[in-house]
Amino acid sequence: MSVMETPEKPPALSDTERAILNRLQDGLPLVPHPYAAVAEELGIGEDTLLTHLQAMLDSGLLTRFGPMFHAGEMGGGLTLAAMAVPEDEFETVTEQVNSFPEVAHNYRREHDLNMWFVLATEEEEAIPRVIQDIESLTGHPVYNMPKEEEFHVNLRFYV
Amino acid sequence: MSTSASTSESMTLGNLDRELIVATQQGLPLVSDPWAAVGEQIGISGDEALARFQRLQANGVLRRVAAVPNHYRLGYHFNGMTVWDVDDERVRELGRATGELPFVSHCYRRPRHLPLWPYNLFAMVHGTSRDEVESKAERIHELLGDACRGHQILYSSAILKKTGLRLQRKR
Repeated sequence: MSVMETPEKPPALSDTERAILNRLQDGLPLVPHPYAAVAEELGIGEDTLLTHLQAMLDSGLLTRFGPMFHAGEMGGGLTLAAMAVPEDEFETVTEQVNSFPEVAHNYRREHDLNMWFVLATEEEEAIPRVIQDIESLTGHPVYNMPKEEEFHVNLRFYV
Repeated sequence: MSTSASTSESMTLGNLDRELIVATQQGLPLVSDPWAAVGEQIGISGDEALARFQRLQANGVLRRVAAVPNHYRLGYHFNGMTVWDVDDERVRELGRATGELPFVSHCYRRPRHLPLWPYNLFAMVHGTSRDEVESKAERIHELLGDACRGHQILYSSAILKKTGLRLQRKR
């Protein structure tokens, strides 16, 4: 598990890198030769854009570059679930919960409900079954909190 | 940005769209004509791959093709899930307004689990310090006003798993 306590200084970015990072979080235009289109907007060459983009991926500054799908629109099941796990069982329960391939993300949070995970299944009907399986494996109740309404999703970090 | 209520009907993906998603979910090729490169992988033309992406975006399946930064590397170390107990009569209107705040990355209405969990509105807030997350949460609090009966900020203290959402290739 990766702990988030070590503060990391934001990397020094050149103006070009900053411009690319900000512009490409808003999305590539869906046109022929899209990188050339963005490069032209930014007043740089297509090669320069692609080189910087590859370098940002290689250095881990970007976790990925590609299509961001709306999981809820792809069919299948998706939900957020939470558990209150006793401290002395936390490690074991983490392993048990993470062993389910349907668990896409799992975060520890500071609350009595201290484990929060996203379940994604190919079939919508599978969600209650997975929740039941997690409850019987861990011996703790799982609180299912599917989204009832989405008001906004726009995860961007401008630099 | 669009503030859409979630649709209850999910569309079913066709096989080629599904293959297109599987082929690109790790990333779009960094070459001058990425559509041709992706099309070639699944046996369609670049024009068709592009047209399918455009259609997926129009359908709302594809949000955008974009760079996803590692937010810790950019100095955003604090991720606060702010949760609010908001009057059911007003949660839709106030949820939309909360979602429009520029620093709220995700905003959803979710079910309560009484008495343990009274919160029905979730808004994710990121910051470079706890103070920053707290002052942003205070702005949400002001917006919700007397429709809000209580709130909490749940900070994440560890990522236990992060594989992302992955479609499997159909067997």
